[in-house]
Amino acid sequence: MADAYRIAIIGSGPAGISAAGRAAQLGIPHILLEKTDHLSDTIYKYQKGKHVMATPSQLVLRSDMDFEAGKREAVLGTWDEQTASQGVNVRLNSEVVAIEGEMGNFRIALTDGATVRAENVVLAIGTQGNPNTLRIPGGDLPHVQYQLDDPEEYVDEHITVIGSGDAGIENALGLAADAEQGNTVTILNRSAEFARAKDANVKLLTAAGEQGRIAIMTETSPAELLPGEIVLDTRDGRTKIRCDRVIARIGSAPPRKFVEACGVAFTSEDREAFPKLSSAFESTKNGIFVIGALAGYPLIKHCMNQGYDVVEFINGNTDLKPADEPLLEAKFKGLPGGQTVDQWLDFLRSRVAILHELSPLQMREFLLDSDVHFYRKGKTIFEKNEPGSSIFGIAQGSVLVELSESDKSLTQEIEEGSIFGEVGLVSGRRRGATIRTAEDTIVVEIPRMATLKLMASVPAARRAVTHISTERQLLQMFGAGLKSEELVDVMKTAEIVTVKAGESIIEEGDEGIDLFVIRSGSMVVEKMIGRKPAFLSYVPAGSYVGEMALLGDGKRTSTVRAAIKSEVVRIDGNVFRDVLARKPGLLASASEKMTTQQRRDQFVEAKKDSFSGVVDMYSSVASFLVENGIGEATDVLLIDENLCVGCDNCEKACADSHDGLSRLDREAGRTYAHLHVPTSCRHCEHPHCMADCPPNAIHRGDDGEVFIDETCIGCGNCQRNCPYGVIRMEKVPPPKPSLLSWLFFGSGPGPGEPDHDWIVERVSDDTPKVAIKCDMCAGIEGGPACVRACPTGAAIRVAPEEFLSVAQLETERG
Amino acid sequence: MATRGAKFSDGGEIGRPPIPADAQHEGFLRYRSGYWGKMALGISITMIVAYLLVDVEPRHNGGSWFGYTLGTIGVGLIVWLTMLGVRKRAMTPGRWSLKAWTSAHVYLGLSLVVIGTLHTGFQLGWNVHTLAWVLMMIVIATGIFGISVYGILPRQLSANRDEATEVQMLETVADIDRQLFDTAQPLDAGGAAIVQEAIDETAFDGGLRQRLSGRYRGGGTTRALADFRSRSSSGDHPLDELYDRLEALLARKQAALSRIRRHLRIKAMLQIWLYVHVPLTFALLAALSAHIVSVFFYW
Repeated sequence: MADAYRIAIIGSGPAGISAAGRAAQLGIPHILLEKTDHLSDTIYKYQKGKHVMATPSQLVLRSDMDFEAGKREAVLGTWDEQTASQGVNVRLNSEVVAIEGEMGNFRIALTDGATVRAENVVLAIGTQGNPNTLRIPGGDLPHVQYQLDDPEEYVDEHITVIGSGDAGIENALGLAADAEQGNTVTILNRSAEFARAKDANVKLLTAAGEQGRIAIMTETSPAELLPGEIVLDTRDGRTKIRCDRVIARIGSAPPRKFVEACGVAFTSEDREAFPKLSSAFESTKNGIFVIGALAGYPLIKHCMNQGYDVVEFINGNTDLKPADEPLLEAKFKGLPGGQTVDQWLDFLRSRVAILHELSPLQMREFLLDSDVHFYRKGKTIFEKNEPGSSIFGIAQGSVLVELSESDKSLTQEIEEGSIFGEVGLVSGRRRGATIRTAEDTIVVEIPRMATLKLMASVPAARRAVTHISTERQLLQMFGAGLKSEELVDVMKTAEIVTVKAGESIIEEGDEGIDLFVIRSGSMVVEKMIGRKPAFLSYVPAGSYVGEMALLGDGKRTSTVRAAIKSEVVRIDGNVFRDVLARKPGLLASASEKMTTQQRRDQFVEAKKDSFSGVVDMYSSVASFLVENGIGEATDVLLIDENLCVGCDNCEKACADSHDGLSRLDREAGRTYAHLHVPTSCRHCEHPHCMADCPPNAIHRGDDGEVFIDETCIGCGNCQRNCPYGVIRMEKVPPPKPSLLSWLFFGSGPGPGEPDHDWIVERVSDDTPKVAIKCDMCAGIEGGPACVRACPTGAAIRVAPEEFLSVAQLETERG
Repeated sequence: MATRGAKFSDGGEIGRPPIPADAQHEGFLRYRSGYWGKMALGISITMIVAYLLVDVEPRHNGGSWFGYTLGTIGVGLIVWLTMLGVRKRAMTPGRWSLKAWTSAHVYLGLSLVVIGTLHTGFQLGWNVHTLAWVLMMIVIATGIFGISVYGILPRQLSANRDEATEVQMLETVADIDRQLFDTAQPLDAGGAAIVQEAIDETAFDGGLRQRLSGRYRGGGTTRALADFRSRSSSGDHPLDELYDRLEALLARKQAALSRIRRHLRIKAMLQIWLYVHVPLTFALLAALSAHIVSVFFYW
């Protein structure tokens, strides 16, 4: 190719085709490089007929390509057609291996040996990465494939699946699902166990293996591929089996390495970090622009708008206002001053310390997720014990923290530029104090996800939040009029330690007087009774342990272990002793805590002889619960199977309270000593489901419940991320006829979740599936329906620290 | 900022106030320390004492002022007790608890024995009035049966289930059937027929009596198991290894079958009384209506 293109766009997803469309409309010489033989591979790989959603709905689409919510086929069809009609210059099957050169003269090397030259490069490659390929002789033969779109396509074939992860297992199961297809499926696993895959998948695979539907070869790896055959290295030597098709699912390499090799820097070493970008999407390498999911925008509309914008910017249209401008304008509308969006962004960035290092582009994105509020003097921003995990940055004015519930005048000021509300962010639990404004104040409220993103991309913000939150937590916890000046020495010795689940921070009998404050996660306290550990108590985040030895003789009286992965702050005991010496009030309350704990220890000691069986039983029940994720729960449904008659009225009540779909499975789940933990949401401190929600639709609500709002796009990420399997992907059925018309006339399916066929008949095929989960019946008077509807009292919902305490044992056995 | 339970004073466990009531499991019989039980007992004793003290001429009967009072209380209670069926199914919002309703239903229902019987004035005969009383007593008796199974069986249900769900138990049986089918392929026609009989046996075989008693004798699986056990023990057949495998599979099927049958039996016991309790309640309401109408008609 003789002449350089003005713009080369790599990746033909929503961002890429939108950019190419804009370039075509502007008549800019361009090329769109796509590694596969079709456009928009990520969406192409969606299952057939999947409904593609268009959120956020308030965001205006600005692109030359059309896009609206609809079936995968319709969306792809529109793009294919418009790409052709607008004269976009597409080059398919063009995987990029390297980008060299400088702005104005980039050389893009492709796998087929060709080189494309371009003045500017737009990277729109998404985050999917490239599948790892087989590096064995014959690995490039045509019967090797790295994905499986439709398992029903293949009949009467000998198929070998390589890879022991979920993808490989699911493919193998799909190929062998229907015996009519006559496929002979073999799955290879290099090791003896399927350790990386989900339990449910492994069980299904094992069952299929026992039934002879799939041949499972463990401790086997492929050595060479020949047409029609595969050579295997097994534990017992080399062997050869028939093989018409190889499906290799051996993971994929994230694109970061490639992007960095192009000269683009990332904001941090963090796994979640994104490339550093200017407000015009330009990376640290001049002439290389990054847009779309790779830039941190996973939603289709965002991607398409950025595709449009980036080409306009490259074309010199620097005045272009981003498509989100009206959204931001609306956010600033209620504030005094009447400044422009850019002025406001600048104002916030320069005033709030943790925002200093954000780029203008990051600032815009950040503000889209956040809110700005103006409060008059004396207004309460939030109350103690309110749920909430957002943090607040003070852009103007100052606020007061109420240190005592009884005496409202006892306050601590937080000054302009600082933050508050951060402990809830760290521990995922309720607000610890009431905050009110000291003067007219402007604050920016940042939701948890946005804060985590901020901390991942701006190291200074992370350090600031960590320091402030640690100090505040100590002040809050110790109370007694302690001021931050008095904690300076303590803070110097404070060290944040991450503790793995099951690891102990304090061992009974050891010497040591350090104090541990639990920042996130939870701990269990145990004491050796005879040769067995007896469970003493459960300590949630926001408490501290280790004061017994500090106030006593320096010998640890019990062992403290992490119930789940936790973060603790370790404080030097000697330094803290000095603080105690200066603060008699603090010493008194610490001693009081110690006394109650000593009484508890004595209680357990006393029980040791008379009730050792009881204590033993209680300890094992407690460890069972902790093993089942109760350690990270904030509210959990427990069923006493001494009382449960199996009527499933809890499930029916759940379905009838929520669109006819039950969010709990009573029968499934673990049981120990007749105590059953059904498959139902535990409302984790740090919900796994929230980790990767593209529309950010999962929140913690007013009563601490974790819920999914109506912006769910049905991607299923939360379902996959939940380790407890409590999220379902379902189509919402229409309302049922009323209870009375069922009672008297038998119309409708009756109470509870209608059977599957009833729903299928009444719901159209293109209704999207959405994620549904327990919301603790938020907003329904009377609270959780499952508990209210239990006729025998078998079902209760509890916070773990209420259930897991020796006091429970004492009240039961008196 | 900080979090719940974080202050010095309440950091300990024993010093805290007693565990809130909803943090413990409390069955419907123990609900509010048997509040409704005490209530029902109080009502019953009051009624008996009143019955003994009130002097009705010529003798106690349903038609005296005291009899009408008892009758009105009784009919009100019966209608209200019937409403449990609606309460259970109508998931309306509000601060109600079905457990409290059940507790009241059980104890107040039991007090009907006293109220209803005193209402008769012990004048029983072959008429619609006594029919209503008899139906009521049968409904109460089935209810007592229900309370007993609710008290005893959940534990057994839980122990038998051992974390498996009903669907999983059925799948286990189906799974063993598939393996039996595959394993039995090399057998001759006679052997295959025996295995087929074992495969044909399902968890749902047998009538109501068998399912409730749990006595299954001589099913296809048991016969096949005995057959292959005797074949393999002779020890010199070329198919011995196959017989051993079949024997193991059949033993597994038998265990799986008996487990799911036990599960179904316990579930049936927990439900079957309702099939008497509820229809008889409706019969009772009908008889009661007839009783009331006829009483006023012949007044």
